[in-house]
Amino acid sequence: MSGAKALISALEKEGVEVIFGLPGGANLPIYDALVGANVRHILVRHEQSASHMADGYARIKRKAGVCFATSGPGATNLVTGIATAYADSSPVVAVTGQVPLNMIGKDAFQETDIIGVANPCTKYAFQPRSPAEIPETVKKAFYIAESGRPGPVLVDIPKDVQTAEAEMKFPDLIKVRGYNPSTEADLSEVGRAVELILKAEKPIIMAGGGVILSGAFAELQALAELLMVPVVTTFKGKGAFPENHPLAMGPIGMHGHAEANKIIIEADCILAIGARFSDRSVGRFDEFGKGMSIIHMDIDPAEIGKNKSVDVAIVGDVKSSLKTLVKLLSKKIPKRASESPWLRRRKELIQYFSETIKDYPRDITAKKSLKKLRELLPAKGIVTTEVGQCQMWASLHFDVIAPGTFFSSTGLGTMGFGFPASIGAKAAAPNVPVVDIAGDGSFNMTENSLAVSVLDKLPVIVFLMNNYMLGMVAQWQRTFYGRRYSGVHQHNCPDYVKIAEAYGAQGIRAQSMTELEKAIKSALKSDVATVIDIPIDPDEDVYPFVAPGTGLKDMIVGG
Amino acid sequence: MATTTTPQTGTAGQPKGNWYIVSALVENKPGVLFRVTNLFRARNFNIESITVGSTEQQDLSRMTITTNSDEKTVEQLIKQLRKLIDVVEVKMLDIDNTVYRELALIKMKAVEPSTRSEIINYATIFRGNILDIGKENITVEITGSPDKIDAFKNLVEHYGISQLARTGVLALQRGLDN
Repeated sequence: MSGAKALISALEKEGVEVIFGLPGGANLPIYDALVGANVRHILVRHEQSASHMADGYARIKRKAGVCFATSGPGATNLVTGIATAYADSSPVVAVTGQVPLNMIGKDAFQETDIIGVANPCTKYAFQPRSPAEIPETVKKAFYIAESGRPGPVLVDIPKDVQTAEAEMKFPDLIKVRGYNPSTEADLSEVGRAVELILKAEKPIIMAGGGVILSGAFAELQALAELLMVPVVTTFKGKGAFPENHPLAMGPIGMHGHAEANKIIIEADCILAIGARFSDRSVGRFDEFGKGMSIIHMDIDPAEIGKNKSVDVAIVGDVKSSLKTLVKLLSKKIPKRASESPWLRRRKELIQYFSETIKDYPRDITAKKSLKKLRELLPAKGIVTTEVGQCQMWASLHFDVIAPGTFFSSTGLGTMGFGFPASIGAKAAAPNVPVVDIAGDGSFNMTENSLAVSVLDKLPVIVFLMNNYMLGMVAQWQRTFYGRRYSGVHQHNCPDYVKIAEAYGAQGIRAQSMTELEKAIKSALKSDVATVIDIPIDPDEDVYPFVAPGTGLKDMIVGG
Repeated sequence: MATTTTPQTGTAGQPKGNWYIVSALVENKPGVLFRVTNLFRARNFNIESITVGSTEQQDLSRMTITTNSDEKTVEQLIKQLRKLIDVVEVKMLDIDNTVYRELALIKMKAVEPSTRSEIINYATIFRGNILDIGKENITVEITGSPDKIDAFKNLVEHYGISQLARTGVLALQRGLDN
């Protein structure tokens, strides 16, 4: 069997149903082996979108998404998506072609040392040197990508290794020396956490992306309801907890909810679950958590103490750790009452900020648009976002009801992520409506994926809040650079309705709330992708926000 | 069960300040050193020395890393190293319970017979070896703790060091590993 055939066979054995990719000189044998394979190949228009689609697919399926690219530029184009997946701990297996072995190191045509390039943004990068290594390499790639703290893995296969023949052995189980992801929490640490939680008067749960990755939604809800404590999330953790739940407070951080930022600094004990204390979530590391006890639950031991020193560390799979914690806690306490001074404080803060923070004075605003989208989109609808103001408005104004249905490029902040990721999500969940909450700047970066959406019948909705600006940069220039705009205007170009139509998708411009309501309803019924172009005021800012380098207490509430 | 012997560190004892020795067993294959050093660069870890070489097991190499840092940073360095898939085992060595050595080759100007005999004398006191003598130079091999090598270097500096090469620290914990 050839190396290329072994690759496809190994992928089939891993249960891979969809591959996002683009062929080229160095992966032709792989594409040849795809003919007649039991795998759906989705042809992308740019490799960056292939890795984002694989990532979007992975976040919904909670198993590795797969993308293919050729060597050199094909491989380097994948890197932004790979780095995005790495920053957000998403399992992606990227397979790249490489120049033949005897050409490696000769600066051959379309040669890049992709192993070297990918090293800092993958969990591991393999380069099988003989065809017989391929089945085991693929098995290891999936094992590493999906287990422990998930992440991307690259498999770079020289062209002659793809064509060479060998006897193939497909292993059922694999062990990687030096890689033993811990899954079971240390019981004594959980016991110490219980003591701290029970001692606290104002405990709070801070749920991060790890809750979503491990699918620990029920366990998190059980814990919150047993303790009756407020739940904030990080932005990555948005949707780990239903945002219409009576204990929910939404995301904290640079563009978190004002009441969430306020309450977390008033807490005396933080239970951080699958969260890595990113600067975007906690502001200044030296300021955050002062005078509080911190319990940190994470699968990655290297996250413990990286940004914050903690009092108790529970290393292991978040779902199983939470189960143990709930079990221990429920032996110690009965379910707590739904009224307490701490919960009254929660209500008070929500009330205060809902009255203080005013919407932008205009008929159609980001806030109103997103509230309308929430009203019309089924609870189980999947939402991705682009990056910038659109993303932060989504953080503030779009409540995620069904856990695990919202995702965004939170770690790397990749513009152009949301749209291809939404197509990947649609491939993973074809019967669920999928919406990309977009801004014009980001959508412009990967809008050519409209071709993929239309031709591969993966209709998604692009909810385009269009201010003809790189809005977040413009907001920072307004706020921190005395309105000296530089490089942010997009001058009303292109016409996104026409762009959509040119690709065979549906384009609708919605200039009022009535038109928007009609457009969303039409998009939800449409069997092709719909771009809803919503012109908003370029001066509309995202509030509240925490300026970079400051602490959560320095949150700016309004303009 | 661990038996200890007096360290043969010559004139100097344990080096200064917050000095840490980290020992790692890694896969003996291409690209591993790159992964490790790239991690140090990407994570902004300040490494003083790193040595790599074969071990009693053919498929494993031992890396000895020394750093002048604080305990938290070293803990994080170890955790990040453990995350690398090619890294099989990492530990911080307890310096009091560790044997460690560095090798230095020092080439000096030595034209006058009196200079040459002084250098040879110093080398003897430091338990060094004379590896090479030319008409105008002399090369000495010194083995010991980094402090001992520093001390020798400071002592002979005024003769004019024309070339110097140090290996970085090699270390093994005393006693039997469990």
